[in-house]
Amino acid sequence: MATGPELKIDIAEKRFPGAPDALFAGLRLDIAPSSVVALVGPSGIGKSTLLRMIAGIDTDFSGSVEIGGQAARAAPTPGFVFQDPRLLPWLTAIDNIRAADPDCTHEQAMEVLGRVGLAGAGALYPYQLSGGMQRRVALARALVVNARLLLLDEPFVSLDRTLVGEIHALFARLVAESRPTVVFVSHLTEDAAALADRAVLLGHRPACIVADMSLPIAGAERDQATLERYRAMLDGALESDGD
Amino acid sequence: MSLPLLLTIWQVLSMIIVNRLFPSPIMVAQVMWDAATEGRLLGDLGKTLWRAAMSFVIAMALGTAIGIAFGRVRWVDRLFSGWLLVGLNLPAIVIAIVLYIWLGLNELSLILAVILNKVPLVIATVREGVRSFSDDLDELGTVFRMSALRRLRLIFIPQLTPFVLAAARTGLSLIWKIVLVFEVLGSDGGIGYRISIMFQFFNISGILAYTTAFILVVLAFEYGIMRPLERRILRWRPVRN
Ligand SMILES: Nc1ncnc2c1ncn2[C@@H]1O[C@H](COP(=O)(O)OP(=O)(O)OP(=O)(O)O)[C@@H](O)[C@H]1O
Ligand SMILES: [Mg+2]
Repeated sequence: MATGPELKIDIAEKRFPGAPDALFAGLRLDIAPSSVVALVGPSGIGKSTLLRMIAGIDTDFSGSVEIGGQAARAAPTPGFVFQDPRLLPWLTAIDNIRAADPDCTHEQAMEVLGRVGLAGAGALYPYQLSGGMQRRVALARALVVNARLLLLDEPFVSLDRTLVGEIHALFARLVAESRPTVVFVSHLTEDAAALADRAVLLGHRPACIVADMSLPIAGAERDQATLERYRAMLDGALESDGD
Repeated sequence: MSLPLLLTIWQVLSMIIVNRLFPSPIMVAQVMWDAATEGRLLGDLGKTLWRAAMSFVIAMALGTAIGIAFGRVRWVDRLFSGWLLVGLNLPAIVIAIVLYIWLGLNELSLILAVILNKVPLVIATVREGVRSFSDDLDELGTVFRMSALRRLRLIFIPQLTPFVLAAARTGLSLIWKIVLVFEVLGSDGGIGYRISIMFQFFNISGILAYTTAFILVVLAFEYGIMRPLERRILRWRPVRN
């Protein structure tokens, strides 16, 4: 069975120009092939920045990011979800999805759009979509790449409860079927409890890993009790970091 | 529609002020018809439109290319933004006179003068457009590893288009006006040339007939081509009322 790439992240220093202190200094994080890692931490800690460095969007730092043994920019196209939907306003939902991958056909894009519950919205322009719908188009765009590596920044926000359930299920199925490596940012411990097999909590400044927890029971086999136990564990870790 | 209202007011006024120098719209329409069927109206109109079209196309192409360079390349902007300012503020008539003196009273100097008047405007508009381009969308191109061609087609051109359209719109109204002025100044035909001759005879109905014909063409172009085109190209924008 195909696997996702291994990630070796070693950020010696990341500092934004003009910022008084470094955002990261000496952060190391190795991620095993095909694992699903939730990146959790307070607002402003650097979760998005870290994800952008992994994706090769932000290369202005010292240190290295290796994806399956390659430099971030040289690695194959990841499936990426920005924290904002970031759709191209001049393209319809379908064409936005197809923009991510030149080989994606209309039918494939329609199919992915259906999977995020937007089968009827293909011909609409972004301004005609609600915020949550735009986010789902962005998620579909990341999925259509069929990437071995998924990097998702808050992919499940502004969705209602039923929709979160459906998207979680879709996501779990995708992970079980094609086993990509996934790093997703979430401020909701329930997302992490439901989907991740490892949760990395960031804290302090410069940011470091304050807790690194493994959630060993496979996502599909988690019953309600397990979910709640995981969630309590994550919430506990978050709170103890707050002190 | 406001145009019929304008015509009605004109007709009523001409019936109150009965004067040779204030013809009614019906008289003007009569003169226009005669000039079109027997006179030189169509030939003159064609000449003027040809000049306008030539200068428009060349100025848009040139201005867009230079505007992109201004917006993208720092040293171009630093070196030449002074020139641009001069270009934007040179009186149109001066450019025309100087070119007529240097190159002679011919077609080339006329078209060149129109182009030189319009280009700075296009450059300035396109430059502002390019400067406003979003880094966020560039990142999208980066993360999805888009080829240069796809970036151009999906990200660059769509961002540029509204500004090019805006430049086309303002540029067009400028061109309509200055082409006529330059034709008065020196040319061998065209609407402006004919109007200047009729001016010498105080032929006000002729002048109004020619002007009306010209305005009709401009309106047809605006409503028949420009607006539908803009609506189609910018249909991804929220409709504002
Ligand atoms: N382009 C930038 N220039 C300067 N500072 C930046 C830039 N982007 C982010 N920062 C700073 O870096 C820090 C981390 O930002 P980041 O977006 O990574 O946070 P985050 O953990 O994703 O927060 P949130 O949960 O609110 O999305 C913040 O303090 C922010 O002010
Ligand atoms: Mg963030």
